[in-house]
Amino acid sequence: MAKEFKTLLNQITLPYELAYGATWTRFFEGMKEKKIYGTKCSKCGRVLVPARTFCPQCFVDADQWLEVSQEGTLLTWSYANYRYFGMPTDPPFISAMILLDGTDVGFLHLVAGFDLDDFDVVRQKVKTGMKVKAVWEDDRKGHIMDISYFEPL
Amino acid sequence: MGRPVAIIGVGQTKHGRRMDVSYPDLVREAVLRVFEDTGLTPDDIDGVVSGTMPSMMEGVALTHFYFADAMQAVGKPIMKTETCGSTGVSIAHTAFYWVSSGMADIVLAVGHEKMNEGDSQATMTTVAEPFYQHYFAAGAPGVFSMQSRLWADRYGISEEKIRDAAAYISKTHHDSAFDNPYAHVKVKVTIEDVKNSKIISSPVRLLDVCPNSDGACAVIFASEEAVHKLGREKVAWVRGIGFRGEEYYFGDSDKVVWQSAIQAAKEAYDQAGIKDPKKDLDVAEVYNPFTFQEMMFYECFGFCGFGEAPDMVLGGAFARGGQLPCAPSGGTLCTNPIGATGLIRVAEAALQVMGKAGDHQIPGAKMALGHAMGGIDQFNGVMIVGSEF
Ligand SMILES: [Zn+2]
Repeated sequence: MAKEFKTLLNQITLPYELAYGATWTRFFEGMKEKKIYGTKCSKCGRVLVPARTFCPQCFVDADQWLEVSQEGTLLTWSYANYRYFGMPTDPPFISAMILLDGTDVGFLHLVAGFDLDDFDVVRQKVKTGMKVKAVWEDDRKGHIMDISYFEPL
Repeated sequence: MGRPVAIIGVGQTKHGRRMDVSYPDLVREAVLRVFEDTGLTPDDIDGVVSGTMPSMMEGVALTHFYFADAMQAVGKPIMKTETCGSTGVSIAHTAFYWVSSGMADIVLAVGHEKMNEGDSQATMTTVAEPFYQHYFAAGAPGVFSMQSRLWADRYGISEEKIRDAAAYISKTHHDSAFDNPYAHVKVKVTIEDVKNSKIISSPVRLLDVCPNSDGACAVIFASEEAVHKLGREKVAWVRGIGFRGEEYYFGDSDKVVWQSAIQAAKEAYDQAGIKDPKKDLDVAEVYNPFTFQEMMFYECFGFCGFGEAPDMVLGGAFARGGQLPCAPSGGTLCTNPIGATGLIRVAEAALQVMGKAGDHQIPGAKMALGHAMGGIDQFNGVMIVGSEF
């Protein structure tokens, strides 16, 4: 049937140096100190997390900084047990959207702290609406993964 | 809306794993077919619009330059439009604007992708910036399964019912793909096969998910004047278009009562004079890379109320013989060369209202919707075509 033709193996690797700017820098400095910072919009009053330079809806500066709660409610989650090239997080893992107490937007991170290998166990353990709490790395680098994960309370 | 514009012909490649052709040759296959379908030649074309997913998909940047020859764009104006998964609908919109504005009479729109040449999930994850979301946006399935769980919990739809409805959708689309000569995945599946297939990202299973396809689609848009000059009878008039975006971060806006989908459809309905989409539309090519998400689009597009889609699906409302048949081509679920996919939705809608959809024709279809979604649930685009203006 279909004739097989040759293929060319190609790989492109490019290094980048991305500027954090003032807002990300302050947010990640906070992570080093086990603090999660948000900013409050001066117009709509929403508390945005991670901290933002401006409110995406009002387009005004969101320059009122506040440390937000490290506990929140699980809004939704998904269990990933597949792998792709350059995947930054090792599967299996649970991606989660968490409403940190006192904030107004969903915060993305991981839920873990128990055996993730068996999905049936995961399904029993993880429920939308449950309370979760941040667990921190001992060696923090000023990075989003300074929070190891959120664990069920 | 500017001056009237019609789709006068479409061309598609056989979609699938196409390691038998180089990328430019794949593009040319679709372009040759649209010229064959319309009887036009490259000399008739005033301008070319092209689009794909991010360059990382195939590792070649600015592919509209690479394909200038394959699209016969030499000596003509060329534009690239790129909005991730909704690229194909954006290409159609761009071609429409160009003709509707009076700046061109006949425009060739081409969408293309070769997803088997790289790593599609790795490519899509580059849509998430590397400071924050990149770590948690586990490819497309991870994002869409978070969204579907949000929806199920909001309306208290049982996991069992959702699974049944998703399996029904998967089975019927896989059946339909057999009637589409260009479709990629052609396998018979049963409801049980879908429900027992491997979990990709719970609740999403293998048969709830689209394939990685290679393919291209070409569509020719013409002004009313050109349609009359060419003496064309069976054309698909563009009756309405809508496109909306929302905030970049996934957690910033509601992905259930999903404003970009709701407003994009509403804008197109208002232009087309559609009051009750379930009655006024005859067929809809809803973008459905995931069975669960397809049901959310039914709700956002007003085909049924919020939280009602699973029951409606199980009642057959959106099946081939139902009140509003959705994705009779087998849809994105069975064929997804992403940069082409949205344009395929528009092309399939056009084929339906021109009465040229062959074995998957919905009898008497006069008004059809094509749609696609892009980004981390960020953009939605709609184009409605009709047999009459
Ligand atoms: Zn605001």
